[in-house]
Amino acid sequence: MTTKTAATPEAHLAGQPQRRFTVNLRQSGIYIAFALIVVLFTVLTDGALLTPQNISNIIVQNSYVLILAIGMILVIIGGHIDLSVGSVVALTGAICAVLTVQMGLPWPLAVLITLLAGAVIGAAQGYWVAFFGIPAFIVTLAGMLVFRALTLTVLGNQGIGPFPDQIRTLANGFTEGYLGNVGLGPLGGADLLSLLVGVAVVAGFAFNQWRNRKARLSYGQVVDPFPIFVAKIALAAAVVLAVVVQLARFRNLPWVLVLLAVLALGYSVMANKSVFGRHVYAIGGNLQAATLSGVKVKQVTFWVFVNMGVLSALAGVIFAGRLNQAGPTAGNAFELDAIAAAFIGGAAVQGGVGRVVGAITGGLIMGVINNGMSLIGAPSERVMLVKGLVLLAAVAYDVWTKRRGRA
Amino acid sequence: MSDEILVMRGITKRFAGVTALHDVTLAVRRGEIHAICGENGAGKSTLMKVLSGVHPHGSYEGEIVFEGEPCSFGGVRDSERRGIVIIHQELALCGQLSIAENLFLGNERAKRGLIDWNRTNHAAGALLARVGLRENPTTPVHDLGVGKQQLVEIAKALAKDVKLLILDEPTAALNDDDSAHLLDLLDGLRAEGITSVIISHKLNEVTRIADSITILRDGRTIETLPARGVSEDRIISGMVGRDLEHRFPPRTPKIGDEVLRIEDWTVHSPSQPDRVVVDNATLVLRRGEIVGLAGLMGAGRTELAMSVFGRSYGVGISGRVVKDGREIDTRTVRKAIEHGLAYVSEDRKRYGLNLIQDVKLNVSAAGLDKLAPRGWVNENEEHSVAEKYRRSMNIKTPSVATPTSSLSGGNQQKVVLAKWMFTDPDVLILDEPTRGIDVGAKYEIYSIINDLADQGRAVLVISSELPELLGLCDRVYALSEGRITGELDRAEATQERLMLHMTQGQTT
Repeated sequence: MTTKTAATPEAHLAGQPQRRFTVNLRQSGIYIAFALIVVLFTVLTDGALLTPQNISNIIVQNSYVLILAIGMILVIIGGHIDLSVGSVVALTGAICAVLTVQMGLPWPLAVLITLLAGAVIGAAQGYWVAFFGIPAFIVTLAGMLVFRALTLTVLGNQGIGPFPDQIRTLANGFTEGYLGNVGLGPLGGADLLSLLVGVAVVAGFAFNQWRNRKARLSYGQVVDPFPIFVAKIALAAAVVLAVVVQLARFRNLPWVLVLLAVLALGYSVMANKSVFGRHVYAIGGNLQAATLSGVKVKQVTFWVFVNMGVLSALAGVIFAGRLNQAGPTAGNAFELDAIAAAFIGGAAVQGGVGRVVGAITGGLIMGVINNGMSLIGAPSERVMLVKGLVLLAAVAYDVWTKRRGRA
Repeated sequence: MSDEILVMRGITKRFAGVTALHDVTLAVRRGEIHAICGENGAGKSTLMKVLSGVHPHGSYEGEIVFEGEPCSFGGVRDSERRGIVIIHQELALCGQLSIAENLFLGNERAKRGLIDWNRTNHAAGALLARVGLRENPTTPVHDLGVGKQQLVEIAKALAKDVKLLILDEPTAALNDDDSAHLLDLLDGLRAEGITSVIISHKLNEVTRIADSITILRDGRTIETLPARGVSEDRIISGMVGRDLEHRFPPRTPKIGDEVLRIEDWTVHSPSQPDRVVVDNATLVLRRGEIVGLAGLMGAGRTELAMSVFGRSYGVGISGRVVKDGREIDTRTVRKAIEHGLAYVSEDRKRYGLNLIQDVKLNVSAAGLDKLAPRGWVNENEEHSVAEKYRRSMNIKTPSVATPTSSLSGGNQQKVVLAKWMFTDPDVLILDEPTRGIDVGAKYEIYSIINDLADQGRAVLVISSELPELLGLCDRVYALSEGRITGELDRAEATQERLMLHMTQGQTT
């Protein structure tokens, strides 16, 4: 290269710290907001929000919305939307009920078939969006009606239940205390296995962070100063351990939490590090540029919808298992919760931006608002009002930071 | 005839560091047809946008005097109120609406807030008669051909009591009959006392219809000539003459074997499948060679490049692409990339960059598979690749984690180039690689192009700036109306000769 390189490194370093800070503020705004909301409702409820049983409730009550939000964030990053997930939840719950309750299939087979049905549903919608070129808004609006109609057909207009115990356990149940309890002094007894799992997760997280840091240093990249690095890990560890301790004091870890943790981790890695995930971001960010960079736009879009179908089916099984019955009105308006979770969690309306962890946090924000307001006895219309305003505020904040960033 | 309806004096207009107009002067006499000529990017359209208020008063320096009064237009509505109407290259008609609705859009014939349809359609009929268009005023505009739509645009201007009509490349999209009709119409309007300013590349039309010609080059007024008896060569020499020294980094070409041959390539327009956009074109590129592709707007340069690169443009494509002696399949972008082709688009914001993502994600976008041997991206490797290009290409950015939207045009272009260099292509097609980039960054881009050729790659440069092609390229093809009309070696290529080839076929 004949170009000059001498002038840049200084400018590069000088510009760095300030910019890092603003970027962090925009990305971490959602987590700060979540922390503030938790603190607010902890105060308002005199600590009832963070009691062992209530934490467990929040997780179990919102598990299916969080699962849907994971699928939805990918759809939204890809620049689309899925309005049909509520109906798909109902239909797949109904399918699962027919398979287990009426046909008596063993539960693992029934769940597998239900997930496949979700994949087929997603493929059907993905076909129209990706290969036929109909806007996802229309396709999934049609799907919302069609799959609700199919639900009614499958169920014959009545609820089907009760579900086998294993499916109910997956939705509602807790891990067994194989290792017995230990005393935690003033906190009382807690499940040892749950605590050990919590410690293992924290240790694994810390080790992974440390390894990443070492790798980045070996590539000569800028990393956080060591004290900040340690403080971040300590903060994350404290939050995780606090939640685990509370859960262990109640009835151990909910199975859906285990499932959610696996999904959150898996999908985060997929979104950030897999070629497929990168292509989803590229398509949402600039469709034409992605096409001209050799991204197979149609295939990627198709598989995003297949994935949404599978996750909807999973949410359908869990929701039906939780109610112990597949009903014709199951999943009503779930799509709105999932979409709101994704946008509160930092997804951009135009696509191309968003994080799996952000969507989960967005879902939790709504869950905490729901739960906290019902604890203080607020009527449901006020809960709805607050959730609506929070959604608007979150997106307004996003638009505002973006506009400021451009100026 | 000395009565001047419009005088623009000392107009200077800057865009984010690029000076588009520099102290431009234009004087138009009442009742004449005044042509403005210049290469693409000479500043013609910008000047007209200043005049019509698209670039409002205060965003430029200099003064506009219309009918003896100084003007400070805040927007298009202001200039239209004074009787200045501009018809843009891209027609601004609503296809779903009827002719009559389009004619009075924003200017409705209404009574107490309700549209008077009888008066609207009747007045529309009268206007259509003036422009010689025999169509029912209630016909939707999208049912009309481009030529008739152009007439609707002119009728729309007449509806606004136009005094000065500005036409930006009015015949660029028209066939010969429609062009002739349009020029006759302008003749007729002149007889009615309407002054016209016409921007055109078609010099035969200019010499036929215009009374005066003002030539712009590099954002400056070069001269104003009376059009009578002026030869096209005279106009061309005014349009192109400028010195080329020191604008291009030195290079000693080391040209090797043929690497890519595009044979008998024909492409049809996707919107009008019977229209030929690229007509039986054949091009040859050799290793280490920089080849130019010259052509006026609408000649089919971008269409040729994009249709070769993964059939990204056009329908009814026929022809062969031969690389290293073997025919290759370039029907999808992925296949084209796998065969070592790269295409850097002329519109980097629309087709080149993911602006909301950072530099490193853009650099890795086309060659991501190289960073992800088992489907998982090695982000550290990705970071160092981006860092490598940031240093070697001198991309000015706080870090490779900065969003590309906050970079300047020249640095954005370097990011796009880095993206394609990372795919390690044998053939690069660069479409307007220096558009909207300031002079200093241009030099750097030229250096990068030279380096690419020195590494043994073949580079095809599409450019509207002839000096750029002459300064950069070892060989230049001229394209006119989809046909290759000339091939000139560096030694024999001059701007005049190129321009002659580029306008060939249009001079009939």
